[in-house]
Amino acid sequence: MPKKLAFWQGNMAIAQGGIAAGCRFFGGYPITPSSEIAEVMAEELPKLNGRFIQMEDEIAGIAATIGASIAGYKAMTATSGPGFSLKQENLGLAYMAEIPIVAIDVMRGGPSTGLPTRVSQQDVMQARWGTHGDHGTIAYAPSSVQECYELTIEAFNMAERFRQPVLVMSDEVIGHMREKVVIPEPGSFPIIDRKKPKVSPEEFIPYLADPEDDVPPMASFGDGYRWHVTGLTHNDWGFPTNEPAEIGKKHLRLVRKIDRFRDDIVKYDLEQAEDAEILVVSYGCVARSAVRAVREARAKGIKVGHFRPITLWPFPDKELIRVAGMAKKVIVPELNCGQMVSEVRIALGAKAEIIPSNLVNGEILRPHEILATIEEVA
Amino acid sequence: MPREEIKPWLRTRFFPHIWCPGCGHGIILHAILRSLVDLGKTREETVIASGIGCSSRMPGYINANTVHTTHGRSLGFATGIKLANPALTVIDVMGDGDCTAIGGNHFIHACRRNIDITAIVMNNNIYGMTGGQASPTTPVGARATTAPYGAIDTPFDICRLAEGAGASYVARASIAQPVLCEQYIKKGIQKKGFSVVEIMTHCHTQFGRRNKRPNPVDNLNFFKENSIPKAKAKEMTEEEKKGKIIIGEFVDREAQEYTEAYLKLIERVRG
Ligand SMILES: Cc1ncc(C[n+]2csc(CCOP(=O)(O)OP(=O)(O)O)c2C)c(N)n1
Ligand code: SF4
Ligand SMILES: [Mg+2]
Repeated sequence: MPKKLAFWQGNMAIAQGGIAAGCRFFGGYPITPSSEIAEVMAEELPKLNGRFIQMEDEIAGIAATIGASIAGYKAMTATSGPGFSLKQENLGLAYMAEIPIVAIDVMRGGPSTGLPTRVSQQDVMQARWGTHGDHGTIAYAPSSVQECYELTIEAFNMAERFRQPVLVMSDEVIGHMREKVVIPEPGSFPIIDRKKPKVSPEEFIPYLADPEDDVPPMASFGDGYRWHVTGLTHNDWGFPTNEPAEIGKKHLRLVRKIDRFRDDIVKYDLEQAEDAEILVVSYGCVARSAVRAVREARAKGIKVGHFRPITLWPFPDKELIRVAGMAKKVIVPELNCGQMVSEVRIALGAKAEIIPSNLVNGEILRPHEILATIEEVA
Repeated sequence: MPREEIKPWLRTRFFPHIWCPGCGHGIILHAILRSLVDLGKTREETVIASGIGCSSRMPGYINANTVHTTHGRSLGFATGIKLANPALTVIDVMGDGDCTAIGGNHFIHACRRNIDITAIVMNNNIYGMTGGQASPTTPVGARATTAPYGAIDTPFDICRLAEGAGASYVARASIAQPVLCEQYIKKGIQKKGFSVVEIMTHCHTQFGRRNKRPNPVDNLNFFKENSIPKAKAKEMTEEEKKGKIIIGEFVDREAQEYTEAYLKLIERVRG
C-alpha cells in the first residue's frame, strides 16, 4: 500500500495527531505561535462530530477541556507563553483530580509578552513545576513535524493510561516549519483508552486505584456512575479529607504512578554517541542544528555525539548516564539561560565538565554556532 | 426535615457538612434538591458544578455527577461538560465572590454564549470561606475584614449584569422566600439557555457579626423586611429603593442556545 504523505506545519501535525489519537474536543484561546492548532481543530472537529470551542481566555479554555474529559471525551488545549502561565492552576486541578487531557505549549520568548513571534525554550521548567504542588509530569519535546504528529498521539495515550495531563512542549520553529510527514495507517499504531470501572455504580469507589498500576478506573459523567471531582486533597471516595493517612496515600500515589512506569514513558534519541568524548545534549528545534553540527564535527575527526531527550519529563537521566560513559565534556545548547542543563548536571555530576551554551535573542542556534562550540572544547 | 424523595440525593456519607449551623447555604441546597426531584430529574443525568467558597462546597453533598473546581472557573468546566454531552442537566452553584470577582469574565461570557446551564448565585455579600473579606456585592458602608472602615466601592447588581450580558432567564429571591427560590430554580432549569437565579442569603458568621445581624434569625428578618417585589419597586424612587432587595423575574426570553447552535453547525458541515 502506498504510504500517505503530507506536507504540514508542526502546528497542523499536532492537531492532526490529536485527531488520529481520538481527540474530539478542543477548548482554547488564540495566541501566537500556537493559534494554527486551534484553527485546524475549529475546521476539522465538526466534520468528525467533535466539538471545538473558543473560550474567553486560556483559563476557561483548559477548564472546558477538563470538563469535556470528565464527560468522556479525549480533549486537548493549546497555547503559548502567557497562556501557558494562565493554564497552570487548572492543570493542577487535572493532576489532583486525575483527569486526562493533553496540553500543548508552543514556546515563544518570555518572560511576560516577551517575543510573540520568536522562538525560545524558556518554558521547560514551567512544564515541570509550573503549577503549585508535587505531581508526576510527562512532557514531550518534538524536533520535527513528524514527531509533532507522533508525540501528540503518544501524549494522548499516556494521558489516558495514567489519568493525568500530558504536555507537548513544541516551539515556534517546529510549530511553523513545514516538512514531509508520513501518516501511518489508522490501526497501525497503538491507541490507549482510559480504564472504565468494572463494578456497578453502587460498588464504584471513584479513586480506588488498581494496585497493578496505581491508576483508578474512570467513569464519565452521564454514563450512570455518580462521582465527585474536586481539587481538594481527597480520599478514595473522592471526598475532601484532612486525615494524614489519606492525604499521604493520595499524594504519594500521584507521584508514584508516573515514577513506577518511568521506563515505559522515557524516550530519547542518539546520534553517534557510542564512543563520544564530547556529548551534545539538546532537544526540540535546537537538536536539529546540533545533530548537523555533530555530523560535521565527526567529518573533521572529532569524537562527538548527540543525546536528545524526547521526554523532557521524566528526564532520561539513567540513559544519559549510560550514554555519557566516555564523555569528558558535555555541551548543553538551549534557547534559554540554562534550564535543562541543571538536569544534565544532576545526572552526570562531576563525571564530566558541563558546558552550557545559551541563546536568548529570539534566534535559533545555528549548526555552525554549535560546531564552533564543539571545536572550541575539543 | 428533608422530604423522603430528597434523601437519595444526599451523600450522607460525607456529612457532617462544613457549614456553620444556621448558614443560609443549606436552605438553597434544599431548594435545589426539591426542584430537581419535582422536575423528575435523575441523579445520573444531573451535573452540579461549583468553584471555591463555602457555597461551592455544596456539590460534595449532592449524590449526582459533581465537580468542585477552581475559584471562579466553574462555568468553564460546566461549559465543557455541557458541550460534550448536551443531554446532561448542568447546574452551576457559585458564591458572590466566585461568580462576580474572580469568575466575572466567565460569568458574562456564559450569559453571552447562552449555553444551557443554570447558574445559582448564592449571594451573601461577603467572602465567607476566607474569613469575611469584602466582595463585589458588599454594600457601600458595610464592614468586612478588608473594609474595616466600610466598603466604598459600588457593588454589582448581579441580575442587571446577567441581563446586560445576554442570559435567557434571570431572577432573584432571598432565602426568606423559599417557595419563590424553588419556583425560579425550576424555571431556570427548564429554560433552554443560560439562566441566572440569584439567591440572597446570609453569612451570619462573617458578614452578620460585623454588620449588626449576628444571628441567622436577624438575617431572615432582614430579608423579610427588605424584600420588595419587582412591580412595587417600579413605583419607588431611587432613594426609597436604597438598601432594598428587589425580587422577581427580570428576564425570560427565547434565544438560540449554544449547544443547539453547535449541533446545527455540525449538521451543516457534515451535510
Ligand atoms: C485562585 C484563588 N484565589 C483565592 C482563593 C481563596 N478563596 C477561597 S473562597 C474565596 C471567596 C469565597 O467567597 P464566595 O464566592 O462569596 O463564597 P462564600 O464562601 O461566601 O460562600 C476566596 C477568595 C482561592 N481558593 N483561589
Ligand atoms: S462562614 Fe458564612 S458562608 Fe461560610 S458556612 Fe459559615 S455562615 Fe455559611
Ligand atoms: Mg459569598
